[in-house]
Amino acid sequence: MAVDMNMPILIVDDYKTMLRIIRNLLKQLGFDNVDEATDGSAALQKLRQKDFALVISDWNMEPMTGIELLREVRADAKLKSMPFIMVTAESKTENVISAKAAGVSNYIVKPFNAATLKMKLSAVLGQF
Amino acid sequence: MRASVKTAFDKRLEEAKSRPATIVNVDEVADIVKGIVNSLEGDITAGEAKVYSELDALAKIIRNAKSEIAELRADEIRQRHLPVAQDELDAVISATEAATNAIMAAAEKIETTAAAVGGEHGEQLSDAVTGIYEACTFQDITGQRISKVVRTLRQIEEKVAALLAALGAHAGGEGEAAEPAAVAAAAPAAKAVNATPTDAELLNGPQLPTNAMNQDDIDAILNG
Repeated sequence: MAVDMNMPILIVDDYKTMLRIIRNLLKQLGFDNVDEATDGSAALQKLRQKDFALVISDWNMEPMTGIELLREVRADAKLKSMPFIMVTAESKTENVISAKAAGVSNYIVKPFNAATLKMKLSAVLGQF
Repeated sequence: MRASVKTAFDKRLEEAKSRPATIVNVDEVADIVKGIVNSLEGDITAGEAKVYSELDALAKIIRNAKSEIAELRADEIRQRHLPVAQDELDAVISATEAATNAIMAAAEKIETTAAAVGGEHGEQLSDAVTGIYEACTFQDITGQRISKVVRTLRQIEEKVAALLAALGAHAGGEGEAAEPAAVAAAAPAAKAVNATPTDAELLNGPQLPTNAMNQDDIDAILNG
């Protein structure tokens, strides 16, 4: 099935510059329908207000971290099957294991490039 | 030791012990020890004389250590140097963030132009812009690394405060006694070996290249 390039995507990061970078990279890949949040709780609010097809989230944010957001998403009957990609500088084994246990769809370590982002999006959404 | 002398020392010791452990006055401890030793003069054995000698040496070591710490001007490190270092690092984060946003804004303009140019040249411009976006991720990583350094400086500041408090706030002049919370924070926390990490323990930020896992390592864990 073809990937809907107009799918609503929520990107979550407390660094505004990183939001801008991910938004621009997504735009280059053809995804234009992108919304932003600067921490887990703000993201959760948006996820409950509007239908999104994908979450791309940082880990290290306050007050709600990315891993907490992931657990909230997986515990929510309406959101639990939503694809969730973690994009983070946290690269320790225990981080990846914890994210996997919490149900992450894929994991990108920062710094990353456009090719890695495209590969992970394809793994989660299908080839585009 | 005479009973009246013993009672007097007992009273001083009880008084000293009743105070919080972090503000024990070193001079007072040395005085009590010296007083006890002095009270033994005249009827001490060879073994007791050795103890006297050891205690006297201990008192000298404590005084010397206190004097050396005073020369370090620990209060100045805590009150002036550490906060300045933290401010400087915060300024580095702000400056790199502003610079990165300026670079991003310029790249976005080029990208718009690339779309207008189109064709092979437009594609080349667009690829170059992608390279700029990728390079700009340095700002996030750099910011997180600097934040880690700032947190380390804060921990050092707390330990220096605890040291000052333990010395009765006299080392280096006008040092203030540390808050109990700061002293508690300076103490190493006990942690069970192989325990599942808490969320707080998972917030480590970027690793040094020699310690970091790469994307392939991470994929292997995810797909394992």
